[in-house]
Amino acid sequence: MQLDKIQKREQLTGWMLTLPALLLLLLVFAYPIGQAFWLSLFTKNLATQLQPVYSGWNNYVRMVFDGRFWETMQNTTIFTCVSVFLELLLGMGIALVLNQSFPGRGIVRTIAILPWALPTALMALAWAWIFNDQYGVWNDILQRLGLIHTEINWLGEPSLAMMAAIAAEVWKTTPFISILLLAGLQSIPVELYEAHALDGANPWQSFWRITLPLLMPQILIALLFRFAQAFGVFDLVLVMTGGGPAGATETVSLYIYAMVMRYLDFGYGAALIVVTFLLLVAAVAIVSFLLSKARNSKF
Amino acid sequence: MANLELRNLNKTYSSKVVPVKDISLKVDEGEFLTLLGPSGCGKSTTLRLIAGLEQPTRGQIWIGERNVTDLRSGDRNIAMVFQSYALYPHMTVAENIASSLKLRHLSKLEIRQRVTDVATKLGLEELTQRKPSQLSGGQRQRVALARALVRQPDVFLLDEPLSNLDALLRERVRAELKQLFKAQNTPVVYVTHDQTEAMTLSSKVAVLYNGNLQQLDPPQRIYTHPANRFVASFVGSPQMNLFVLSCRDNAAWLGNFPIPVPLPTVPPQIVLGIRPENVCLARAEDTHTIQGQIYLVESLGMQNLLSVRVQGAPELTIRALLPAAWQWSDDIVKLTLSPQSLHWFDAATGDRLF
Ligand SMILES: Nc1ncnc2c1ncn2[C@@H]1O[C@H](COP(=O)(O)OP(=O)(O)O)[C@@H](O)[C@H]1O
Ligand SMILES: [Mg+2]
Repeated sequence: MQLDKIQKREQLTGWMLTLPALLLLLLVFAYPIGQAFWLSLFTKNLATQLQPVYSGWNNYVRMVFDGRFWETMQNTTIFTCVSVFLELLLGMGIALVLNQSFPGRGIVRTIAILPWALPTALMALAWAWIFNDQYGVWNDILQRLGLIHTEINWLGEPSLAMMAAIAAEVWKTTPFISILLLAGLQSIPVELYEAHALDGANPWQSFWRITLPLLMPQILIALLFRFAQAFGVFDLVLVMTGGGPAGATETVSLYIYAMVMRYLDFGYGAALIVVTFLLLVAAVAIVSFLLSKARNSKF
Repeated sequence: MANLELRNLNKTYSSKVVPVKDISLKVDEGEFLTLLGPSGCGKSTTLRLIAGLEQPTRGQIWIGERNVTDLRSGDRNIAMVFQSYALYPHMTVAENIASSLKLRHLSKLEIRQRVTDVATKLGLEELTQRKPSQLSGGQRQRVALARALVRQPDVFLLDEPLSNLDALLRERVRAELKQLFKAQNTPVVYVTHDQTEAMTLSSKVAVLYNGNLQQLDPPQRIYTHPANRFVASFVGSPQMNLFVLSCRDNAAWLGNFPIPVPLPTVPPQIVLGIRPENVCLARAEDTHTIQGQIYLVESLGMQNLLSVRVQGAPELTIRALLPAAWQWSDDIVKLTLSPQSLHWFDAATGDRLF
């Protein structure tokens, strides 16, 4: 009875203390999203009319039949999945190497994080040059190695341009993942590996039965961050390919940008934002759910 | 079943860090050997060399007829209990215990049978589905033991397995350990810095210091016949009284009092050792008596520990452990050093002379 009261009062205090933060979050997140949703129910195109006209779910229906929207959706999904997969693979490899002790490890670790620290626009510009068909280093290397004889127009072919963009993205964000995973690796006591070795395990078995399960929280967090980020990729693609050739690398955020800023179609742009947002929320929710499950199974 | 033998084992990390200098010893089947020594003397390193977690710089390790020096840890068939227990945090108790059996591809049925057996033996039946984080310290320790026992290995290694338990629990588990390993006909190497553990558990104690084996004997003999000054001072609590004395007329002089030296030739200097419990209040007929002034009395409950300044040598303090019932009337006491309990060591090398 008494305990109940105390608990209630503590809960109340807790709510009161979190209230300011909640209000702020509401203001910063909920308001713009609500506003976007409201806007998405109107036809509001500054290019053709000045007054917004209420049009219900029209914008959403339009989306279903908008081939360009589905194409950008597909591009974004391919870009996100392939790059996150490669980043995870490479990041894990680098983290495993950096977790070994070798002379100069500190310096190598610092260098490894550099790509992550570079401004995306700059590094995208550099990669655009690397993949340039006339002057690019990449073509030059391939030619010197005798692997190709004529220059390849990397950014001019649909699937090659996608590969180039993914390569740049992977180069930039692999360090982020490897640092995250390295932190996880360092929290695994060495004795677990020693005990496992005495149990008769080889390093490969130890990786699957000790490292991977104990690293699952970090892997999921990395996935969470990277999925959300890669799905909204904008500056990298804009600078490298501008969404071309022929929309082959156009991502959802580029499309929304064009819809709002170039075609001035605010209503439809808002509808696109709402749908992308909901998709992202769903993805994040799934990963968070997996994360809490992984945590529970660990402790 | 097979015995374990270390031959001239050496581990050199750098010219300054040589935790194991030259250790040779043999542990027979069913023998419980304790590596005893102060912190940093190379006990864990020796154990890790046996386990194959470190490669020796020199020397060999034999298990029975097999030279295992160059074998991987997993191929030596050795089980080890770590000081931190090293339980796999993401596996249940049952999975922890079964890990080594799964890695050796035993049948599901046999694994279940063996895990159940060992869990029952250690009173873990109720806990098999828990994660290590849901266990108390004592329970975790037992899971670590179960993980070692289920293997039926050729050699058991234990690195200070009781040091993370509270004092009461430690005493109980110590007794359990003794019974548990009595039933195994396997060499056991047990590392500790706690002499009580060493004394109560072992059939043999190896005292290590500075990377070298100081003495390898049954615990009782280590206590009654320490091989050198270090062992004498390290084993026994309260510590043995040790005096560097000058000799004259076939006797070592403790202050004003001559103590006969039982050696054919008496060196100019000698180290005399006597445990506090072998110093008693003197009766009229006693020999080997000294006199001194009590300046400190510490009560240990059953006994009193007296610190006495020896007459004629005020810088020497002899400590005597007397039953609490014994009374003395004066600050000045007459004590006798029980003649058969005297230890004599070389003043230069510290080796036992008699
Ligand atoms: N991997 C290592 N590299 C360098 N020195 C080490 C290493 N492992 C242990 N040592 C040193 O060896 C000595 C003995 O250590 P250890 O065997 O752990 O002692 P203990 O008897 O307390 O178990 C210590 O001085 C320690 O610093
Ligand atoms: Mg140690």
